[in-house]
Amino acid sequence: MSKETPVLEAKGLGIQFGGLKAVNDFSISIGKSELVGLIGPNGAGKTTVFNLLTGVYQPTEGTYYLNGEKMNGKQSHQVVAAGIARTFQNIRLFKKMTVLENVKIAFNKSMKYSLASAFLRLPSYWKEENEIDRKARELLALFKLEDLADQAAENLPYGQQRKLEIARALATDMKVLLLDEPAAGMNPTETAELLESINLIRDKYHISILLIEHDMSLVMNICERIVVLNYGEILATGTPEEISQNPKVIAAYLGDD
Amino acid sequence: MSKKMKISYLINLIGVILLYLAMTFVFDNGVLGAKTTYITGIAIIAMMTIIIVCSLNLLTGYMGEFSLGHAGFMSTGAFSSAAVTIAMLEAHIALPTLLYFIIAILVGGLFSALMGFVVGIPALRLRGDYLAIVTVAFAEIVRVAFTNFPITGGGKTLSGIPKVSDYHYIFWVTVICVTLMYMYIRSRFGRAVIAIREDYIAAAASGINVTRYKVMTFVLSAFFAGVAGGIYSHYMTAIIPTFFNFMKSSEFLTMVILGGSGSLTGSIIGAAVLASLPEALRDFSIYRMLIYSVVLVIVMIFKPSGIFGTWEFSLPRIIFKLFGKKEAKGGAAK
Repeated sequence: MSKETPVLEAKGLGIQFGGLKAVNDFSISIGKSELVGLIGPNGAGKTTVFNLLTGVYQPTEGTYYLNGEKMNGKQSHQVVAAGIARTFQNIRLFKKMTVLENVKIAFNKSMKYSLASAFLRLPSYWKEENEIDRKARELLALFKLEDLADQAAENLPYGQQRKLEIARALATDMKVLLLDEPAAGMNPTETAELLESINLIRDKYHISILLIEHDMSLVMNICERIVVLNYGEILATGTPEEISQNPKVIAAYLGDD
Repeated sequence: MSKKMKISYLINLIGVILLYLAMTFVFDNGVLGAKTTYITGIAIIAMMTIIIVCSLNLLTGYMGEFSLGHAGFMSTGAFSSAAVTIAMLEAHIALPTLLYFIIAILVGGLFSALMGFVVGIPALRLRGDYLAIVTVAFAEIVRVAFTNFPITGGGKTLSGIPKVSDYHYIFWVTVICVTLMYMYIRSRFGRAVIAIREDYIAAAASGINVTRYKVMTFVLSAFFAGVAGGIYSHYMTAIIPTFFNFMKSSEFLTMVILGGSGSLTGSIIGAAVLASLPEALRDFSIYRMLIYSVVLVIVMIFKPSGIFGTWEFSLPRIIFKLFGKKEAKGGAAK
């Protein structure tokens, strides 16, 4: 872990739905370019943690910070603007829009031209539209999707839809990327390609990644640290080796007989 | 702006001017004989309907939210503009007809936009069926209120509105309104609105302020509906609040869906055809509602996305194709 201010930090984060404590006392600290895995049995609260960190839910307890700035109370789009982007467990693309437009949407927050400029197609409209067109195509090229730019997103094969979702998240110019089961439903070749993409964006953009994943080979392979969640609470934290030896973790996954 | 875009704009402009010249030729010279005045009237109503149906398509087709109260916005526009121009007449403000007309449609549009803002902020927290019900309620409130306010005729017909709408003005206003809506859709704003329709959670997660864009689109849609209302009242010169009822709202929605939600071309054709169809079928009087319903059922079964789906007509595209040039990208449809 780096000594400087962590990029993303959560302190005692928790949320209560009626009588149910879905997540309790969740603390984490992720440094620059660090890749942390979040694992746990089904229903452990992993996706809830993501929803807490992206403004979908507001935490009922605890606080979280991005580069030292308090993020509680911010709505989804404000959290994205601040620099936390995510992908979804069940892919959420803009299905009827083209691959290119999907990425362009994420550039929207950096676009400034006014309504009048849009109505009259003033120079600022052309300047910004051309610029994001170029940027979006560059980003697609990085994921080898540039030839599919004008396809409807729903027509892409599964693995490429995942990639497009990551590309879209990248376009928001974020500092932390939350990936919710990116390898779910992928065959080994697609998973290998995904791994490649993740490494590529880490090297190129120096972003921090928090990753939920059930594919243990993937998690053990790329994560520097792993956080294990069970019944909404942190069960263990450590390096992949430590976690795979931890008796509590083994018990949670396999039962303690 | 590329050279090709400039050529596209020029082609569109020429296309619109040719259409205008053809229309003035037909209407001014009485080519259609004794029926000319009658047909001009249908054309005016059709053009006004085009504006309101396109504005509704912004909500239904592009934003994916139903409004069953668009007649309410039209009513607001019609009565507010009428109230202002009547007051101006009484104050003996002598202005050219064109200026009167422009004031009327702007007042109608702005009042309606204001109403859209007031209704939109609380209502757009809701989605789907719930929002649809709120819009119905809004239109009913407008209808009942206008039936009781003295300034809107108090249940009787509000008459004495200056007749300043004529088809020359209305044609150009229609062109401008549709073009503006098209520009809106093909901008970062429209892109955000379509993304919200596709998946509002993903849109928010991509940095789109969902509420802001929804309210913006709602207000814009209300504005154009109000403009249509202004045109209507200043063409009819006498209006009654009960005209803008639930049936009227659902008629507009039918036109959007039949033409193709998500296609302005569809809205234009849908509005033009369905607005003039009752007149065209007048000879069959009792059967016309039957034909109308059968057409709707058939379209919905065989083409649920509407006649045009999300396809847009583009004059430059056709011309480039005819002359073997490469296809124009995003040429303005008209």
